[in-house]
Amino acid sequence: MRYTGTAITLHWLIALGIAGAFSVGLYMHELPLSPWKLKIYSWHKWAGVTIFLLAVLRVLWRLTHRPPVPVPMPRWQHLVAEGTHRLLYVLILAVPLTGWLMSSAKGIQTVYFGVLPIPDLLAKNTDLGDQLKEVHETLNWVMAFLVGGHVLAALKHHLIDRDDTLRRMLPRF
Amino acid sequence: MKKFVAILLLGTLSLMQVPVRAAEFNTVQIDKSRLDFAYRQMGVPMNGNFRKFSLQMGFDPAKPQAASAVMEVDLSSIDTGSAEADDEVKGKLWFDTRTYPTARFVVTGIKPLGGDRYEVAGKFTLKGRTQDLRAAATFRQEGAFGVFDGSLTFKRADFAIGEGAWADFGTVANEIQVRFHIVATRAATKKK
Repeated sequence: MRYTGTAITLHWLIALGIAGAFSVGLYMHELPLSPWKLKIYSWHKWAGVTIFLLAVLRVLWRLTHRPPVPVPMPRWQHLVAEGTHRLLYVLILAVPLTGWLMSSAKGIQTVYFGVLPIPDLLAKNTDLGDQLKEVHETLNWVMAFLVGGHVLAALKHHLIDRDDTLRRMLPRF
Repeated sequence: MKKFVAILLLGTLSLMQVPVRAAEFNTVQIDKSRLDFAYRQMGVPMNGNFRKFSLQMGFDPAKPQAASAVMEVDLSSIDTGSAEADDEVKGKLWFDTRTYPTARFVVTGIKPLGGDRYEVAGKFTLKGRTQDLRAAATFRQEGAFGVFDGSLTFKRADFAIGEGAWADFGTVANEIQVRFHIVATRAATKKK
């Protein structure tokens, strides 16, 4: 049993998106003020909005479609995998959300691709902005840690257990 | 004699109570007034304000054509919303406040447009460059206060604001809108 084509496509698009946005986020926050910094911040935010939209689709798809039955494994492994998946679903929504809230609190509206203004939920509040930055960063590191475990587990299933866990999420070439 | 002194005193007092009021609104209540600006950065509407500016003016609603005003803005009092950006715009590529500490707007004529609307023409000087600009404004009286609200738009490139790497309008747009909210009173004399 494989995941559906839609689930596979969304999984890898989001994987690519968070890897890119995470790396850019790490790089950009130390930059001195310049047009390049303003550009790359905007691109990071647009990527975040895109990931959020894909994540909403993904969660909706997941709630309305049964995933394939897991390959046989010890109960604790199944529980850890299930818990990690659920947390990752929460984080692909929560990380972009906290980025958007942080930007609003810092007084900079998010305008998707420079044309579609996304309303500010929060008014400008520098202290709150700094706190939300901490939350955004912390959630990112939690996500990075979980993604690391997720990738290692998938590779372990594929290379050591030689089961179908990874294969059922790979696109058919 | 006592009566005479009393009358004299009363008379003097009543004279003193007749205010020598100017017809003009000529004293700006600077703490009630604001000078803001707005622009777009990567398509995002941004705004800020100047904390320090001064305005010498005389405006008689009955004779708007005779009005005069000179505004001076302390450019280093800018508040863009971030300390990093405040420092950046004081630098050579932007305002270059060390060489050009102030911006000036000298009103050259006010044209009534009907109702409470006016067109304000003036000479705008920024970073050593001067241009004739027009502001759209409204004027209304609120009790003892005369309240002016209006805005003008200039192109930053015309004044070499944001040179070098910043010259590209793709990040910071060329159009900069300046908005003013001025509260003035009629003073008894022109002196403060």
